[in-house]
Amino acid sequence: MSEPISALQGATYTQGIAEITALDPIGMISLRGDLTASYLKKPVKKITGVAMPEVRGINLDAGKGVAWMSPDELLLIGPYADVATNLETLHKAIGSNHALAVNVSDARAVFRVSGVHTREVLAKLAPVDTSRDAFAPGTIRRTRLAQVPAAFWMIDDDTAELVCFRSVAQYVFDLLKTAAQPGSEVNYHRG
Amino acid sequence: MLILTCPNCGITAEETEFHAGGEAHLTRHGPGASDDDFEKYLFMRENPKGVHFERWRHVYGCGKWFHAARDTTTLEIFGTYTAQTSTVPQDIIDKITDRRPDWQPPETA
Amino acid sequence: MSTRIATGGRLLNKSNAVSFSFNGKQLRGYEGDTLASALLANDQMLVGRSFKYHRPRGIVAAGPEEPNALMNLGRGGRFEPNQRATTTELFDGLDATSQNHWPSLEFDMGAINKHLSRFLPAGFYYKMFIHPRPFWKHVYEPIIRHSAGLGKAPKEQDADSYEHFHAFCDVLIIGGGVAGLEAARTAARAGAKVILLEQTAHWGGRAAVDGGAVEEASVTSHIDGLVSELSAMENVQMRTRVMGAGVYDHGYVLGYEHLTDHAPGAQGPRHRLWRIRAGHIITATGAIERPLSFAGNDIPGVMLAAAVRDYLVNFGVSVGDRTVVVTNNDDAYRTAIAVTEAGLNVPAILDARVLPEDSTLMARAKELGIRVLMGHAVSSVTGGKRVTAVNVCSQAGEGAVLETIDCDAVAMSGGWSPVVHLWSHCGGKLVWDARLATFRPDVNHPPIGADGHGFVTAAGAAAGFFSLDDILHDAHAAADGVVTTLGFKLPVDVVSPNAERQEETPLAPVWMMPHGANVKLREKTWLDYQNDVKVSDVRLAAQEGFVSVEHTKRYTTLGMATDQGKLSNINGLATLAGALDADIPTVGTTTFRPPYHPISMGAIGGEARGDVFQPLRRTPMHDWHAANGAEWEPVGHWRRPYSYNRPGETTHDAVMREVTNTRTNMGLLDASTLGKIIVKGPDAGKFLDMLYTNMMSSLKPGKCRYGLMCSENGFLIDDGVVARIDDDTFLCHTTTGGADRIHQHMEEWLQTEWWDWQVYVANVTEQYAQIAVVGPNARKCLEKLGGMDVSKDALGFMEWVDGELGGFKCRIYRISFSGELSYEIAVDAGVGQAFWDALMVAGNDLGVMPYGTECLHILRAEKGFIMIGDETDGTVIPQDLGLNWAISKKKEDYLGKRAQQRSHMVDPTRWKLVGLETTDGSTLPDGAYAVGEGVNENDQSNMIGRVTSTYHSPTLGKGIAMGLVLNGPDRMGEVLEFPGTDGKIYHAKIVDPVFYDKEGEKQNV
Repeated sequence: MSEPISALQGATYTQGIAEITALDPIGMISLRGDLTASYLKKPVKKITGVAMPEVRGINLDAGKGVAWMSPDELLLIGPYADVATNLETLHKAIGSNHALAVNVSDARAVFRVSGVHTREVLAKLAPVDTSRDAFAPGTIRRTRLAQVPAAFWMIDDDTAELVCFRSVAQYVFDLLKTAAQPGSEVNYHRG
Repeated sequence: MLILTCPNCGITAEETEFHAGGEAHLTRHGPGASDDDFEKYLFMRENPKGVHFERWRHVYGCGKWFHAARDTTTLEIFGTYTAQTSTVPQDIIDKITDRRPDWQPPETA
Repeated sequence: MSTRIATGGRLLNKSNAVSFSFNGKQLRGYEGDTLASALLANDQMLVGRSFKYHRPRGIVAAGPEEPNALMNLGRGGRFEPNQRATTTELFDGLDATSQNHWPSLEFDMGAINKHLSRFLPAGFYYKMFIHPRPFWKHVYEPIIRHSAGLGKAPKEQDADSYEHFHAFCDVLIIGGGVAGLEAARTAARAGAKVILLEQTAHWGGRAAVDGGAVEEASVTSHIDGLVSELSAMENVQMRTRVMGAGVYDHGYVLGYEHLTDHAPGAQGPRHRLWRIRAGHIITATGAIERPLSFAGNDIPGVMLAAAVRDYLVNFGVSVGDRTVVVTNNDDAYRTAIAVTEAGLNVPAILDARVLPEDSTLMARAKELGIRVLMGHAVSSVTGGKRVTAVNVCSQAGEGAVLETIDCDAVAMSGGWSPVVHLWSHCGGKLVWDARLATFRPDVNHPPIGADGHGFVTAAGAAAGFFSLDDILHDAHAAADGVVTTLGFKLPVDVVSPNAERQEETPLAPVWMMPHGANVKLREKTWLDYQNDVKVSDVRLAAQEGFVSVEHTKRYTTLGMATDQGKLSNINGLATLAGALDADIPTVGTTTFRPPYHPISMGAIGGEARGDVFQPLRRTPMHDWHAANGAEWEPVGHWRRPYSYNRPGETTHDAVMREVTNTRTNMGLLDASTLGKIIVKGPDAGKFLDMLYTNMMSSLKPGKCRYGLMCSENGFLIDDGVVARIDDDTFLCHTTTGGADRIHQHMEEWLQTEWWDWQVYVANVTEQYAQIAVVGPNARKCLEKLGGMDVSKDALGFMEWVDGELGGFKCRIYRISFSGELSYEIAVDAGVGQAFWDALMVAGNDLGVMPYGTECLHILRAEKGFIMIGDETDGTVIPQDLGLNWAISKKKEDYLGKRAQQRSHMVDPTRWKLVGLETTDGSTLPDGAYAVGEGVNENDQSNMIGRVTSTYHSPTLGKGIAMGLVLNGPDRMGEVLEFPGTDGKIYHAKIVDPVFYDKEGEKQNV
């Protein structure tokens, strides 16, 4: 079997006020169910190694983690190659309980936006307060990026990761490039 | 452009993140219903000047539906609450009567 | 003449001279000039022509209220009409031309209209051009269209880029004058997150021009102190060149930022639209001076008194050597004093008031030797393209000329109006202030926010406070009140600064000058300079019965020009009130709508242009399709190959080839766009039974079933094949356009109606690349790839199975939308292209060719399969399409069932699906109607059917079609007439809609 490729295969943009990188395939599992149930909490902890996130939280450690997507939905993040095993772990733990775990790794495109103007680039496209006091690492924000749904979170103060649907990867990349075009600094979210 | 607080994820966001879903607290009428009941269910809508109960979906956010109590003229939002109810919760009614002492809760609510 | 003087010009950088052109003339100015100040410095007072009479028009104001100085700026992809010279910052190489004249600014043919002005009163167009009726379309409109409009529309695509920016704050302050700065300081010291916007490039507003002292220091040093204090605060964002354009619901504000207009060639976007959400908004937007209504007040050289002062102090420009000042208030004396102190001449101040004693400013003017004529007015101004003299009269009289004063400029002041636009945009009410003779914000009726409380507070001059001391105190108090309601607390040491008080004598309202001006004078007295509305027009409107200010506005076009009546509004409605003998507050104002000042279309569009105008959705094989001749078809936001055109091949030929090849060899279709929705849970079967018209709960794991979905209103909304994965899990295929819609439809019912049902759904459409391998050689191709057993016994028709093909993990559905042996194979999207490549290689000897959506359509039409969106249009129920077999009789309920029981849904005369075959083999026009006998009540032919799908079938060598026809299934063999839009009448026979392989033998092998 061929190696899976991401929609944009590592495309980058470095000429602007922030650096944009299309990331290689990342493992993502959409998990729906009763988030308080131990048959979910236990395998999630086992798979990701991190604590269950609070409402709108995202806990990430060394490329593995889990994001709170809605009151009955989590997004498990990890190595692409581990997805099948992780799904198996989940299905085993869920057993006959009512929950749904599906692989959505290939349905997504993930970008990294980095540099001191990262927060501005996001605020040009999303109707979201991306200032430091309102949007710190550890929070995921599901919103729209111009005309498409997207979610993003801060890895550190100046680095964001952003996930969108695979089919609009090129659109989102072009959007981010436009928002990061040279000379477009807003100098709004200064430290 | 309104701002609404989604009670499902707690986000306060602008209207472009949401999708309006029309009047709340309708009762579904299926096979066996009279023509009148079915017509009422499918087509007849309140269009009040003032307090109104509406369905909204946080379409660009958590994807969940919720209800909002809103004044259609001043655009004041009295509160938002779960979509998993067929009646207006008491705390929302209290908030409305606090702001609109003359307002009478609808009979169906 | 107007010229640059040696002194003054506090905003200029005289060490940087720049050159610019106006109507091709090369002129010079300084960095810091506006285009208007630079034009005046070059004695270019005449800058345009008015809209209706093409009267010569000069610069009147120094800010955004300017009605006349509208320019075409730039060239080619940077050409933009209707730009105000007074708000355009000068830069080296600026290229401006005046507009609304032909052939030239100095000599304009259209000016003949001014001689006809007696015949062109308000409503002239409405009255004149109504008869004879046909003349409007063919004669009047073309001529009027030619002469109408201000600037010309740009012809080239905009060469600049634009963007939006979302910002959030506790307190947004609009206006960076002394009030705005003071409010910002107060709010910021209380700890609020503050954004302060100023539309110009400078802080301090008018204060630096008007002068005064704050806490013993000059007002300019006070401003500098505030600016540096605020700049150092982390919770304050200060932005110049950003105009508060509009205030909207729930604290939403649009700010319009000029980024590179003053610095062409700089990198980055030209404009940025700030989309700000504020807890509270303080409008510190200042005030605008009103003109006075006297005859000849539109002659170039007649300017607002404060503008004359602005040009002098800010730009070192004298607008004339001899300036007559005419006023009804004290403020204009500041202009007379400034002009005199600059060494220029003020022959007289005509003050319409009669006052018992001199105010401080008057005394100062008299000390300077200026002649002050109390109770006097302008009877008329003389001059053509420039003021030459003023005829003086008594304000109380009818205009008898007492003396004539030669002059080349007139500085007029009719008092000041607070800029209430932003306060009013979202419903803030106004009160009439008789003392100021103006409307100001009614603090008891602010715009209402999400919490039901006011979210806008006006401060300073915008609230009706005109003295420096009052402005500072009001701004401080306003900000204090605002932050307190937001839950902040102002430190006790933060107090309002005190300014030196300068007592002013109140103005006397003057709406017509002189008071008893006769018709002849009123016909030369302008209210709206840009749209040529005169006092006589408003009075005529009143005379003709227009009593509402909104109607009068539209009838006379008062305030409807690009300046939206910033100068004309109050004078106009005072004139209307006078004519109606009504109080001004009873007449009221017209509605203030955003934007405050025009903003660029580019800024509104933001980033959404070019490549990112709209999202395009691409499948994993998109690039391959593009490289292999794909002719694209938009399907929703997706782009799907319509056909793959080979070099030298027409699209039609390509489609025909693809159909024939798929029927004889094999074809590949990228079906990735089809929706795939997982439905899982103990109640999944029950849920799908409600969603589909047929029974899904009885489907066995491993099997597929075609299903129809209807809305509660009974109409078809989607169709597709459902596969049962296991006891609890189904996978529902939807149409390409239906994936997101149907997913949301499912969520809506689960969340809002059946929330106690145990079902989860997930839209996994984009997880998979799905490829249909179709045609007699399909199985051979898969066998060549190797792996799982794809024989009829292992994988029968309407079954699915998981396995591996050529090393690719996949799921194969044996379903067919073509009538051929067909496998739809899903692999992870990340290997979609690799799998497609593998199929192309494996199929190489088997005649494989990719095929597009048009081929797909023909294949399905030959089989009589319906297509959502072709056979359905939102008014079609499954029963219309002969799909009764897919409607369960056993189920008590499904979405749409009750609706389908309504009388008109069971009406036997509903049009029903049939096949149509032209008698001559030609192809029916899409959407054509069949005409029946007789006519309807509108005398139109009765229609008895319409074409829903029509193609040339290469398989059958003739045109085939489907359509909905009255009593269609009972009329087999009948020939119907379909008139085409090409004038031909097409004859088509009603036939069975299944044209090809009726028994379905080909797909079930």
